[in-house]
Amino acid sequence: MRREELAARAAEHQRRLDGFAHHILVCAGLGCPDNEAIVVALRRAVAERQMENRVLVRKAGCMGLCALGPIVLIQPGEIAYQTVRPDDAAAIVASLGQEPVQRLLLPSDLPFFARQHKNVLALSGRIDPESIDDYLAAGGYGALLTVLTGMRPVDVVRSIQESGLRGRGGAGYPTGLKWATVAKATGDRKYLICNGDEGDPGAFMDRSILESTPHAVLEGMIIAAYAVGASQGYIYVRAEYPLAVKRLRLAIREAERSNLLGRAICGSGFDLTLQIRLGAGAFVCGEETALIESVEGRRGIPRPRPPYPAEKGLWGCPTLINNVETYANIPPIVRNGAAWFAALGTDRSKGTKVFALTGKIRHTGLVEVPMGMSLREIIFDIGGGIPDGHALKAVQTGGPSGGCIPADFLDTPVSYESLHELGSIMGSGGMIVIDETSSMIDVVRYFMEFCMEESCGKCVPCRAGTAQIHRLLTRFQERRATAADLAMLESLCDLVKHASLCGLGQSAPNPVLSTLRYFRQEYLDRMVPAEPDGEVQP
Amino acid sequence: MPVNESTAPPADDTRWQLIDRVMQRLDRRPDALIETLHAAQDAFGYLDSTTLAHIASRLRLPPAKVFGVVTFYNHFRLKPKGEHTLAVCTGTACHLKGNDKMLAWMRDRYHLAPGDTSPDNRLSLVEVRCVGACALAPVFLPDGALVGKKSFGEATAIIEEWLGDAP
Amino acid sequence: MTTPILTLTIDGRPVSGLATETVLQVAGENGIAIPTLCFLDGLSATGACRLCMVEIEGSAKLHPACVTPIQEGMVVTTQSERLRSYRRAIVQLLFAERNHVCAVCVSNGHCELQDLARELGIDHIDFPGRYPALAVDASHSRFVLDHNRCVLCTRCVRVCAEIEGAHTWDVKNRGIRSQIVADLDTPWGTSTTCTGCGKCVHVCPTGALSEKGRSVAEMQKKRPALPYLVANRAEERR
Repeated sequence: MRREELAARAAEHQRRLDGFAHHILVCAGLGCPDNEAIVVALRRAVAERQMENRVLVRKAGCMGLCALGPIVLIQPGEIAYQTVRPDDAAAIVASLGQEPVQRLLLPSDLPFFARQHKNVLALSGRIDPESIDDYLAAGGYGALLTVLTGMRPVDVVRSIQESGLRGRGGAGYPTGLKWATVAKATGDRKYLICNGDEGDPGAFMDRSILESTPHAVLEGMIIAAYAVGASQGYIYVRAEYPLAVKRLRLAIREAERSNLLGRAICGSGFDLTLQIRLGAGAFVCGEETALIESVEGRRGIPRPRPPYPAEKGLWGCPTLINNVETYANIPPIVRNGAAWFAALGTDRSKGTKVFALTGKIRHTGLVEVPMGMSLREIIFDIGGGIPDGHALKAVQTGGPSGGCIPADFLDTPVSYESLHELGSIMGSGGMIVIDETSSMIDVVRYFMEFCMEESCGKCVPCRAGTAQIHRLLTRFQERRATAADLAMLESLCDLVKHASLCGLGQSAPNPVLSTLRYFRQEYLDRMVPAEPDGEVQP
Repeated sequence: MPVNESTAPPADDTRWQLIDRVMQRLDRRPDALIETLHAAQDAFGYLDSTTLAHIASRLRLPPAKVFGVVTFYNHFRLKPKGEHTLAVCTGTACHLKGNDKMLAWMRDRYHLAPGDTSPDNRLSLVEVRCVGACALAPVFLPDGALVGKKSFGEATAIIEEWLGDAP
Repeated sequence: MTTPILTLTIDGRPVSGLATETVLQVAGENGIAIPTLCFLDGLSATGACRLCMVEIEGSAKLHPACVTPIQEGMVVTTQSERLRSYRRAIVQLLFAERNHVCAVCVSNGHCELQDLARELGIDHIDFPGRYPALAVDASHSRFVLDHNRCVLCTRCVRVCAEIEGAHTWDVKNRGIRSQIVADLDTPWGTSTTCTGCGKCVHVCPTGALSEKGRSVAEMQKKRPALPYLVANRAEERR
């Protein structure tokens, strides 16, 4: 389908949408239970008032404020309702064009919304994820057309390099550099992979993006495939995300039907087929080489690097692997230009980042902010602070690979560098708020148990080391650790960090190391004097 | 790996036709294994050695390799689940908001640890890490239905009622 | 096109090797011993045990010599305080991971794990033993698999898959619960794929795999000439 046809189709759909006086959008993500019943109830209420030709009820993607979901958005007017239930439908429909329903109304200037900077999440909650026409009418696939009709692959790569985009899956590797490496690699076949194995417990950014704007991810992947010369791609999604898988399957089918995937995309000489591959519950498969092993039908055991996937990846061929959020950033960068993206953020961490704010915080949910915003703003302004009169003890970023940042550092601007300096990492975007009722030892032991259970088992330091570290942390939790235990804990953390084969093992000690740095007293408080010589306790 | 009679599945079992189609769609290549295992588990509820032998034979894979893959991933089950399944999310937010206490209660009240099925086959307990609904923590799923944001008292009452064990 | 020859420095000594060789290979050719366990010449290198990690100038990370290709001008250090302390920790972790009781083992005195401990000056284990309850599979007519003595080096898996071609062995589960498994977790004696060639027994570094009828300290492994087998098989394929 050529540019003109797509434009005409988008314009036609927009005309149809404009024909309605009122739009009701219902958040239809995993985090808003009962949303299907709400949609049904709203449509029934509309029918009862014979307003079907004036009111359009659609399901939409995630609106971010999960703490107060299900959220319903009324347009025009940007009227947002919170904690909606199916029996609110009549009241909502009756209020259209009149005074909003006060008891459900979310203040329009709520900092949760006002202080965010939507980029990747701009269309989330505003279009129906299951309608390609909605995406087209909102400007979707415009970036792809620009690329196919006016840019050479090398131009696309340069643009991404100039934008300063870094991988959003956690490692923060410069995306443009990765694309350039794959583009330059020799070989008659190249592959593209989207890493949708969001394994960090407490993170759901990718789930939300896939459920809310699957086409944005597809568009980013198609542009990437064109830039690096890949003609076959795989989207690896966790089996625990069935709704995301369903929406992706539908989106791929719709894109294929519209000549946006498959042979001769939009009449160009470029082909790309995309296949979904399901994960099966293994955190280690978020690691690039383990993911590749899994796509090849094997146990998800990481490979030694080098060679890197860009050179020798899937079936030994050059492979580009990027995270869901990374791909979702590509259409906006192409549309608005690299300079636009590079103007946001800090000088080494450009653009915006989606964070999953959870734990002891009032406004749990999904937020997108420019890099460089402080933790304080994110947690207290956007997040609404700590509920029930409790105090912030620590912010945990980066999941089981990250660290715990104490309240003293709340004014730290969020960036790859600053978080690393504090002994944590940006990670994929999980940001967990911990209050004074939690023990850091408990938190850290929880993460080590996770790493121990998810370790693939190949290398000795991670397999056996995490088990020994976990045992030591249990002794601290049970208040019977000794000074010898503390010394052993520190030396094992050093070993596992520097001798493990892959990122799982290498970052497993991070929570322990960061709490030894900032919360050392909690360890000391749980120590007892050593047993007298001669008595060995297990 | 010889394709012999004893590993051929019953010809009239429509579930096997479905699984065969999945394998064919991926050209019966070795990388079809995980998708095939998903299809087989969806069809039969679990993966027993007969099923695995059939799959190994069809995809011409060593049985040891198939077994290694099945046991590597959390999702695949070698034994059938009970009539009901309770999944408790043990993600970070859910842990912080009390699901560790929920699991302790399941151990004390129903004598089940994650991965167990009760002796009368009524209830299987599984842990999931994580479901991805962290803003609704703590989350648990009785037979797949997501329940979130409940206090410990509310959650345990819901589970007892669901199992017909209201005190 | 001939493979380029590169020069590099290992432990202060200038050495040379083919561009296709690894640091471990070139070190070995020059009499520089680097401790290994999962590596066996003739099998694919897997980089699992982490004993062969070396320091490379200009890199903050450590590199496993068995899978690191040499580069022109590379400066490698194979022995240092830090490397020694990591190696000692790794071997001790292995001893503590399962039930290694040398005094009653068929491989006592002929065991690579013991040799490593001796080389590294290990005379006691700092880490507490985990004492997992692991089984012994004596169902095969000629061989025994004792999981208590296994270090999960996966040499048995690789030799069976890559050289014999039967792929009888693989690894089940994950992490600390990993275990060597035959076929669909069947007793070795009823495996439908095992050809009884015994290569796995003789590549196993410890007493995990042994021949029946051996008593304490009587199992001496006879390493099959794997590079020779690999070369012969390659020739036949041509």
